Parts: sequence; structure tokens; C-alpha cells
Amino acid sequence: MDSAILALEDGTVFEGRSFGAPAERGGEVVFNTALTGYQEIFTDPSYTGQIVILTNPQIGNYGTAVADNEAAKPAIEGLVVREFSQVTSNWRSDVEANDFLSRAGIPVVSDLDTRTLVRHIRSRGVMRGMLSSGLTSVKAEDHARLVAKARALPSMAGLDLSTRVSTPSAYQWNAPDLPCSPSERMLAPVPPQYHVVAYDFGIKNNILRRLVNVGCKVTVVPSLTSAEDVLALKPNGVFLSNGPGDPEPLVPQIANIRKLIGKTPIFGICLGHQILGLALGGSTYKMKFGHRGANHPVFNKLTQRVEITSHNHGFAVSPDSLNDSDIEITHINLNDNTVEGLRHRREPVFCVQYHPESAPGPHDSHYLFDDFVKLMKDFGGKR
Amino acid sequence: MPRRTDIHRILVIGSGPIIIGQACEFDYSGTQATKALRADGFEVILVNSNPATIMTDPELADRTYVEPLSKQYLEEIIAKERPDALLSTVGGQTALNLSIELAEAGILEKYGVELIGAKIDAIKKAEDRLLFKDAMKKIGLETPFSKLVTDVDGGLAFCEAHGYPAILRPSFTMGGSGGGIAYNREDLVTILERGLDLSPVKEVLIEESALGWKEFELEVIRDLADNVIIVCSIENFDPMGVHTGDSITVAPAQTLTDREYQMMRDGAIRCLREIGVDTGGSNVQFAINPKDGRMVVIEMNPRVSRSSALASKATGFPIAKIAAKLAVGYRLDELKNDITRVTPASFEPTIDYVVCKIPKWAFEKFPGADTTLGTQMKSVGEVMAIGRTFKEALGKGIRSLETGKKFGSETFDPALIPQKLITPTPDRLSYLRYALTQGYTVETIHEMTAIDPWFLEQLRQISEIEKELAASSLFGADKALILKAKRAGVSDTQMAGYWGVKETDVRTRRKELGVINVFNRVDTCSAEFESFTPYLYSTYESSCEAEPTDRKKVMILGSGPNRIGQGIEFDYCCCHAAFALQGEGVESIMVNCNPETVSTDYDTSDRLYFEPLTLEHVLNIVDREKPDGVIVQFGGQTPLNLALPLKRLGVPIIGTDPENIDLAEDRKLFGKLLDRLQIPSPDNGTASSVEAAVEIAARIGYPVLLRPSYVLGGRAMVIVYDEDSVRRYMREAVTFSQERPVLVDRFLEDAVEVDVDALCDGENVLIAGIMEHIEEAGIHSGDSSCVLPPQSLKPAEITCIEDYTVRLAQALNVIGLMNVQYAIKDGKVYVLEVNPRASRTAPYVSKATGVPLPKLAVQLMLGKKLHEVTHHTGTLPVKKTFVKSPVFPFNKFPGVDPALGPEMRSTGEVMGVGEHFGEAFAKAQISAGSPLPSKGTVFVSVSARYQPELLPVAKRFVELGFNLVATRGTAAFLRTGGLEVKTVFKVNEGRPNAVDLLKAGTIQLIVYTTTGALSFEDEKQIRRAAVTHRVPCITTMSGARAAVEAVASRLADPIRVWSLQEIHQ
Repeated sequence: MDSAILALEDGTVFEGRSFGAPAERGGEVVFNTALTGYQEIFTDPSYTGQIVILTNPQIGNYGTAVADNEAAKPAIEGLVVREFSQVTSNWRSDVEANDFLSRAGIPVVSDLDTRTLVRHIRSRGVMRGMLSSGLTSVKAEDHARLVAKARALPSMAGLDLSTRVSTPSAYQWNAPDLPCSPSERMLAPVPPQYHVVAYDFGIKNNILRRLVNVGCKVTVVPSLTSAEDVLALKPNGVFLSNGPGDPEPLVPQIANIRKLIGKTPIFGICLGHQILGLALGGSTYKMKFGHRGANHPVFNKLTQRVEITSHNHGFAVSPDSLNDSDIEITHINLNDNTVEGLRHRREPVFCVQYHPESAPGPHDSHYLFDDFVKLMKDFGGKR
Repeated sequence: MPRRTDIHRILVIGSGPIIIGQACEFDYSGTQATKALRADGFEVILVNSNPATIMTDPELADRTYVEPLSKQYLEEIIAKERPDALLSTVGGQTALNLSIELAEAGILEKYGVELIGAKIDAIKKAEDRLLFKDAMKKIGLETPFSKLVTDVDGGLAFCEAHGYPAILRPSFTMGGSGGGIAYNREDLVTILERGLDLSPVKEVLIEESALGWKEFELEVIRDLADNVIIVCSIENFDPMGVHTGDSITVAPAQTLTDREYQMMRDGAIRCLREIGVDTGGSNVQFAINPKDGRMVVIEMNPRVSRSSALASKATGFPIAKIAAKLAVGYRLDELKNDITRVTPASFEPTIDYVVCKIPKWAFEKFPGADTTLGTQMKSVGEVMAIGRTFKEALGKGIRSLETGKKFGSETFDPALIPQKLITPTPDRLSYLRYALTQGYTVETIHEMTAIDPWFLEQLRQISEIEKELAASSLFGADKALILKAKRAGVSDTQMAGYWGVKETDVRTRRKELGVINVFNRVDTCSAEFESFTPYLYSTYESSCEAEPTDRKKVMILGSGPNRIGQGIEFDYCCCHAAFALQGEGVESIMVNCNPETVSTDYDTSDRLYFEPLTLEHVLNIVDREKPDGVIVQFGGQTPLNLALPLKRLGVPIIGTDPENIDLAEDRKLFGKLLDRLQIPSPDNGTASSVEAAVEIAARIGYPVLLRPSYVLGGRAMVIVYDEDSVRRYMREAVTFSQERPVLVDRFLEDAVEVDVDALCDGENVLIAGIMEHIEEAGIHSGDSSCVLPPQSLKPAEITCIEDYTVRLAQALNVIGLMNVQYAIKDGKVYVLEVNPRASRTAPYVSKATGVPLPKLAVQLMLGKKLHEVTHHTGTLPVKKTFVKSPVFPFNKFPGVDPALGPEMRSTGEVMGVGEHFGEAFAKAQISAGSPLPSKGTVFVSVSARYQPELLPVAKRFVELGFNLVATRGTAAFLRTGGLEVKTVFKVNEGRPNAVDLLKAGTIQLIVYTTTGALSFEDEKQIRRAAVTHRVPCITTMSGARAAVEAVASRLADPIRVWSLQEIHQ
């Protein structure tokens, strides 16, 4: 029961050791280059429908801690690592990484050559794959069967996954981001002053926590909540969350957001940024292998500073599709010049493609939450 | 914010000689910075007293000064060169301290020199313990409880309040010099007294101990626009309590959650901003309590450091180069990542492998030294290894160390396990592994060592695999097992050991089974972008990224970790080999495992393999690259040990035939050669038994010089005067065998020793340098000062030396470099040894003559003739007087007798340049950190046989205005010579004695010869006190004569400096 296979749609097959739950799962195979934060990656709903390769070869070393969950349960379809630790060493750990994934029914393949796999995907682009774990032996038929199964999977392009992962009903969120150790210096949460309605397209907990820390009372609503219903909640601002899948099929969501523009301050992250881009008349495209990591340099044109940022996206807003007289590109990725942030020139609307809430990743961009609060303050003043 | 246009000339200060705590990592950083600045059109004026560095190559900077790193000399250089700016952050603590001194003395202001890199306030805030603590408090970072004390009472009061153990750190010393851990009152007083003495400001920080906490380090870079990136996180395998320089360290950090890592990252960035490091690299050290996550800042260095070098090599991000560019105004996002070419330098490297650094110690050279590892760094070098997992990296690291210990030859005592685990010493790693085989669990070991259980679990897994291997056999082990072992870093030799077969048998079998390594690239980005730089490491994976070219190519085997006797000099040669190959249009392939060096910079050679220098790894590279030639003569003993095995396996070695290199080491064959050439050598023999040694000694007469064959640096070399000592030496000091016998030589007392470096193309010989040693024969050549050109040799002796050298080179068919050591006694020249390879003196001779010897040697190895590569013939001329002096680590090893002997103990060297010997020697002594006084009192005590020689020296001191103090016998003798001398007691005679005078500061110079045989306790006490009180102590008469010349020069000559470019114009 200790073998596992990863089969790609192009016929490439890797064999390794099996960990996690014995299962057969399919998805888009992507890689993340972050050195820390595997648990946050496991539990980020944006990874729905994806098998994740972590390039850091030593995974699982520090176990998992309840406080570090980005959602109630892990979202990845499967995990691919070079070595998966069977011991845990960290004072914060509650559950071993292997148990954590096992309990959630997620398969893991380890001891395979993740670098070769990543180079393969870098040059050919992301592709569909099947991960099968808990095998007693690996037979040639397994290879062919899994490759065929991978080919039968739906493509990520055109796929609405966010509706699937969104909350079925609205709820309040009040928990702030708290220091992880007696030595972490963090500003005390500001008492709630603004009511924010957050669209859940697959929202990460740390976005909600960061909103609370800057003084927001958050109502999280399902992704298909209408603009009217949102406005009826009398928000000071609307937040558009991250989430999995392709933004293009999210037609009703885009229409709702379009109606909200100008009515209330809007801040979007990741999928929320792409939805805003589409709502503002732009278009999106699928990237070759996307951005997934915690080391991307983003240039903020407004501050003229470089931020090291956390990324997880396979689609992006096309810069040429945006009407320059309405939309200003505020952030660009210095690695490949892709659009990382934009704002409306007149309306209180801004968004970023990357993850200012980090978790995992650097805290360089926390200021965007303050910017959102300022926008709400200024807008309220105007009203 | 582009490059600044208001500055044009930049002064770069190097770090001086290699010492413990400050090694060739600063040659690496200075070289990178200088190259980067010149590439941008700046003129660079470089100062470093260390001639063995690449950075002091005349081609590298516009003006190169090999001059003392002292205020007076720097002022002279500044006045002469008028730089616009001073880059203070790439020359270690030495450059930083000197920059502060220049600024505080108003010299920078006087000449309008701007300090770039780190400003004076920032340096002070980071270096001054109290200011640092205040600054950290201000930004909400915790530091351990601490207090700055200026006397012992202050320390005692602190420990009464906060308890023991306490950590002591003297202010403004490098490598934790003089620091330590006090477990009780007695320790406290001892360490505190030493620390107060060593601190230039007489302050010691006494600190709450975070012993056993996890230790981390972040490498941070900031630009003028306040963009900040973390280049690398490093986690120490050894928890708090062992100096980082003495710890096994691992990159990236392995046991931090993202939350903790980001907390640390935030802290490091706040720290840099608060300290005010505007541009460049810094490192910040943290400790985390593994029980509750409490994090404290330990220290920060506002400059490029040893860890920066490691981080650069570990990630492929060239910290020193980028730091230099930022210092002249660039922003991080304006600089490109050389490796990916498309992405900017304003990102954080991410790696898909594990890097392991392991220190190398040299305690065997310092009998009596305390081998406990603590807050003061004691290692002399380090290796780095890259693997896909920690297990693989650790295994590769351990064999990179070249311990010389064969697999299974280490002996362990089960009874010692607890002690060896609890008290960290260099043996700890071996004992950890041994303990796992003796039933110790990870939990127990963790309790004893506080080493993180994750690391221990990795060791346990390795141990399990080893157990499986041991139970198997060459043909019993299947592919899965061998692959698992290789992936966990087990070497072929180790498997051969288990199975009782030859290493090559394992290799053959492994390849048959298809267990063959690949090479992965170090690319800064975990394969997210394509890498254009062939910076490679071996591993066992499925695809190879080596992509060898079909150009003509030559592989250079480097010198591995720094150790006493084999250090930066050989890296200098290897780098030059790479440059020379490039110059000849031949692809250069470097193989080395020392992260401190210039040779392991990815742009020094065309291709870099960061690999252990063992047969297995070198063959792996040969298999893949199929080089046209391999150079083994530049990396010291390390590649020479591989030369014959490689040759026998058909690897093309270029240059002198390995058989001939070996012949020079083989006493019998070499003796025959000398007989044939009719060149005299001291009577000698080789012994592979105690009786044989005794018999040979009796035949050739005492005193005799005993040493093992095939070693560098005079390892275990002694001079003995009687049979008992011979027996003791053979029994206790060495291991020997038929293949590796002990060499027994007649020791020529009071002979003048001469080192000769020469180049030969197989027929023609160019003598590069005839160096006369200041210390007489018997002092290891690496520990003796020497001078170019020779001062006291008679023309006939020089002619004889030249003749012998030419004939030896021709007879050995040398192609490349050769070094010969001669002794001259009573006008007769003897050959002591011949080394047909690059020697330690090659860089010094290159700098003194202006002719780059390694470069010419490579051209010869590629088949050129001497006349094609240089117009010089005969012996190279020397335009001024150049003195090379050694630098010793005795201040790190209290209790060790600093008397010089045949075993090399210096860690580094300096060069002094002068119009005459006295001036050059005086400068060399300043650079070596033991400046000779210009006034005061000289204490002399010599044995009767030296008294006649002493008289003129003593007279000269009196003429120069010095007072004399002497022990009874010496004083009486000097009085008969008409000199006024005060008498002082010997230590065992009563008080006040010489040590009391030393402590009182009334003695400025000591001339105290050894009695030759065993040195007496009395002498040792004086010499040790001299080290403690930093009073130069001369132990030979030739040294005394040199010293008086130097003192005379200091009184008569102005402070003057010459750049190498001026000298060699």
C-alpha cells in the first residue's frame, strides 16, 4: 500500500511513495515555490480542482496548527512532494501533516523528482493529471488508465469552481489575526467601524482576519448574492474574495459586481480582482503555468516601491483589454510584467491579483487593507 | 534611482589576513564588489594586507595596495588617491572597524570621502551592544536580558540577579573573540577578564543565556528606496550556545511555520530600518524558544558576512555584488538576476534543495586547547554541500570535510556518549550517529543536546539505511536499496566499507543497476524560470541539467575546506587557472566545496560543480563532462590525493605527471633522484616501525625531524633530540603503514631556510622567487616570515640554488609550478623537499614580482613553452623588498604555547612592502597585528648559545632608545658587553617576575628563545602572557635581528605606500 502514481495528460508518469489517504483524485497539476506555509496552501480554497506540487523538498516538518487553517478543510485534490516528513517538530503543531491530509481524504505522492516535474510543467504549461495513492504495486495498465483518466478531466479553462466552494448562506466573521507567539509584534485590532460585505468565491480566513484587524465588521455572503441584496445590508464597502477556477464563466457574479461599481467602495483580491477586471470591461486569459509562490516582486506604481508578494493564480487580467481612461494599472509583476493591481480612475474601486493577506507569504502588502478602510472613510464622507 | 554620477573613485577595504572568524569569504565579497563597481565604470582603489587574495590581484582594481590596514596607512592612501567614497561593508569586521576609526579621526571628512554602504551611525548602532538593545526595544523586538559591564564586579552582580549560565560577548571583536559561556562564578571571572582585555573599548556584554533555543539567521538586503528582500533563511543544527561559525547550519530553515518565519522576516526588516542600513546586505540572528515560540534577536551585522557568502552560494544570489551596486545608488528592481536573466534582483530566492554547512576545526594543531564549542568561534574553515534532502546534503557535507578518517576507522567509546552529546565539541556529529547505533532514541538525544527532533529524525533515518546496507552485500543489495542509500547521501566508499569491497566495485555495480547521479542547477527560483548559469550539484533524480558543451574544456580541482596549511593561497591559484583557461579560449570547469571562496562564485569559471572533492564525485563529473584535461596541481594536497587514482582510471591529468608528483613524496625514489643529480639533502630514512625509526635516527644523528608522509602544513611534524622522544612520537603521535611511512630527517640546526617557486615547461625553467626565511630551519615554512629578494644569501649560494632548482624541475619533468625548500648551513645548500605543484607562496611571489605564476603555469600545462608566455628568463627581478609574515590564532586558544615549531599553526599571512628590509618587515608586523614598538622596554632572555648573537641586537635596541630588562644570566652577559640592563626574576624564581612586568604594561617587546628541546613551563607562561597582553614575542635570534631592523625603520622612515600597479609598471 505504499506506492503512488502521478499521471499527466501528456502521458508522463511519475511513481513515488504513498502518503495521505489512499485515493484516486484528478485535477490541474500546478506548482508552488513557497518555502514555508504548506498548511495554508493545503487549505486555500483557490486550489480547488488542483493537484499541488511543492518545490520545497522537505514538507511536513512542522506539522499543522488549527490556527493556520485558511478554510475549514483542505482544498487541494492531491499533494506532490519530494520528501514528506513522518515526524513533526514545532511547538504550535496540533496534527501531523500526514494525518491532516489523510483525514481529509487527500492523497499524497512523495519521493518523486519534483524538480523534473516542475521543469516539465514550466516548459509545457499546466496540465491535467491523476494522482493515485495507496497502491500495493504499480502496473503498466495503471499508467495508461490514469493517463486516459487525466485526459478525460474537464479543463480548468471555462470552469466555474467558485460557486461550488462558496458559502451556502451568509454569516458574520469577527475573529482577528492574532500574534502567533508572545514575541510577534502586531497592532491591536481596531474596534469595528465599517461594515464590509465580503463575497465568498472561495475566501481565505486570513483575508477576513485582516479585515477585522483594520476595523471591519464582516458579513460573508454567497457568491451569487445579488447587488441589491448586498446593498440592502448597507455596507460601507464590498470585498471580492479570491477563489478557484476561471473567472470568465462567472457571468451573474460579474453582472452583480458591475452594478455595485460606484455605489460602494470595492476591494478585490485574486479571483475578485479578475471579476472586477471583467466587470470593468476587461478580459482575462489563462496563463501558461501561473504564479504560485511567496517571492514575487510586485512594483507599486503609486508608491514606487517593490513588494514581495504571495501568489496563487492561473488566470490574469489582460492589460490591453482595459480602458485606460477609466482604469489605471497600479501594480505590475516585475518578473513578467503581468497586471497585479488596478483601480478605477473615478470610482472607489481597486483590486490586486496577489495576496496581501499573505498566509502564506510576506506581510509587505498589508497596507492594502488600510487603503480599503481609507477608501470607505473617504466615500462615507462624500456621502 | 540609477547609478550615482557624483562619485567616481571608490576605496574598498579588505579584511586582511585569514584568521579564525574572518576567512576568505571576504576575499569573495571584496572581489565581487570590486568587479561590480568597475563594470559600472567606477575606479576602484583597493587596500588589503593579505597577498593571498584574488582581490589584491593588480588586474582586478585600478589601484591595489597591499599595505597595513591601519589608520596611518589608510590616511596615506586616501591622501594619495583621493577617493570620493569608501565602501566599508565588504571587508568584514576589520574594514568596518577601520572605517569607523577613519571617520572618527576626521580623516574621511578632511579628504571629502563619503562612507557608502553603511553610515557611521548605523554601524555603531549595530555594533554597540547597548545602542543595539535600545534600538530593538524601540521596534518591539525582544533581546535577552543583558548588561554591559566594564569590570568583573559588574558581571558578578548581573549573575547574582539573573543566574548562571550567562553568555559573555566582548564589544567590537570578531568571530566572538574572547566570548564564552559562564556556568559558574569561576568561569565568569576568567572569561570576563579575557573579554575585557580583548575588547578595544574594554566592554563586555553579559547576557541571559538562551542555551538550547533554536537559532536562525536571515540574510537581508535593502536599497536606497527602502525595498527589502530576504535572500536566505538559515537554521542551525546546533542550538544556541555554539557560535554560528562553529555550528552545522542548514538552508532553508526547516522547522518554522510560515507564521513564525514571517514574524522573523518582519523583525529582520524592522531591524534593518531601525539600525539604518540604507543599502546592502546584513544578517540578523534570532533565537526561538522551542517550548513557547518566544523569539529574541541575538545580533545583526550591518555588512556582508560569512553567512552572506554562504547564503550567496546556497541560493545563487550574489549578495556582495548586489550590495556594491546598491551602495552606488541602484535600486534592487533595476538590477537583473544573472541566473534567470529575465527577472530582477528584487525578489526572494527560493530553493528546491537543502544546503548544509559543516565547520572544520584544527584542534590537533593546538594541543592543550579547549575543544568545547561555545560562543567564540574556533573552526578554521567550512564546507557546504547541496542535496535534494537534508540527509543527502549532510552526507555530502561530511565527506567534503576530508577528515582523512577511513570509513569505520573512527573509534568510539560507548561510555563517552552522554558527555560527547551534552558538551558540544567537534566530535559531536560523529557521536550523534554512533549513539543512534547504540540504542539511543531521538527523544533521549534531543534531551541531551536540544538539537531539534526533526534533524535527529533525519540522522535516525540515515542510520536505518546504514543498518540495511551493513546487512547486505555488493550483489545482495538491490537497486531500490542502493538508490535509497544514494538519495540519503551515503557514499560509495561507505558501502564499500560495509561490503568489504573496493570503492570502484560499488561504482561499477551501482552503474550496472542504473543508479547513476544527475546534476541539478542552482537557479534561485526552484525551476520557475530557466537557468542560464551552469552552477550544478549532483543528486539522484530522473533528469540531468548539466548540458555539457562540446568545447575544449579543462577541469580544475579545488582545495576544499580551509584548514591550517591549505587555505586561500590555493583558491587563488585555482581561480587564476580558471581565468587563464578563459584567456586561452578553453572552457573552465571548477570543482570545489568551500562556500567562502572566490572559486565557488558562479562567474569565476565557465561551469561550477559545487561538490565534495572525493574520487566518487570527481568521477561523476568526469563521466558527464569528459574534460580534455584535469588540473590537480593548484588545489593543495586535496586534489593531489586524487591524482593517481584518477590517472589510473584514465582521466587525463594535465601538467606534471602525477607519478612524478608522487615521486617527490616517495623518499626512496626521490633519494635516488637526488643521488643521480648529486644534490645534497639532509641524511634521512623512512620508517614503518618504531624500531626502524630509532635505528635511522641513531644512524643519521640527533636532532631529527619526524613527520608522516603525504601531508601538508607540517601536520604532526616534530623535531626530537633523543631516542625516548622518537619512541613516544611513533607510538602516540602518528599512524603509519608500509604505504605511508614516517619520514626521518637529520635536522640542520640554525640553518637558513629558503623557499623557491619556479615554473617549468618540461625543459626550460623560470625561477619566480627565491625567498629567504626570517626564522631558521625547523620553523615550518608556513609559519616563518620570508623576504623577497633574499637578504643574506651569498651570490654563490643563490647560483647553487638556481642550478639545483633548474635540474630538479627538468628531472621531474615539471610542467607548471614547482616549489623547492632548501636549507643552507655553513655555506652548503641542502634540498629539504620538492613539491612539483603550486605552493602556498605562489600568490605572494606573484604579487611581489608582478607576474601571475598560476596563469603562466596553466598556459604551460596547455602545451605552450615558457618563451611563448613570458619574456622573462632566469630568475624574476623584484623591484622592492617584500616581506610575508604569518598570522596566528593563539588568542583564540588560551593555554596553548605560542612557540613556533615544525608544525604549521598560522591561519593566514600578510605582506609588507618597503624600500628595504626593515621597512617591509615593520609593515608586515603591523599588518599581522603585532606591530613592533618604536620606544619602550625590551625584555630579553636567551640561552647561553645565543648570547653572542644577542649582543649586537641588544646594542642596537639601546641605540634606538630602548631600555633593556633581562633574566639573570642574560643580563650578566649583556653587562659584560657594556650595556645597561635591569634584572628581572624568572617566573619560577620569585616576584616581581617577567609576567608581572608584562601585566603592568612595562614591557613592549620580548625576545625569548626556546631551549630547543621541550620548552619549559616558565617559558610557556611568558609567551602565553605575551599573547594575552598583545606584546610581540620573538622566539628566534633571526627574528630578533629582523625586529630591530624594523624598529629602526619605524623611527627613520616616513609612512609611505605603493600600489602594485606603480611598482610593476
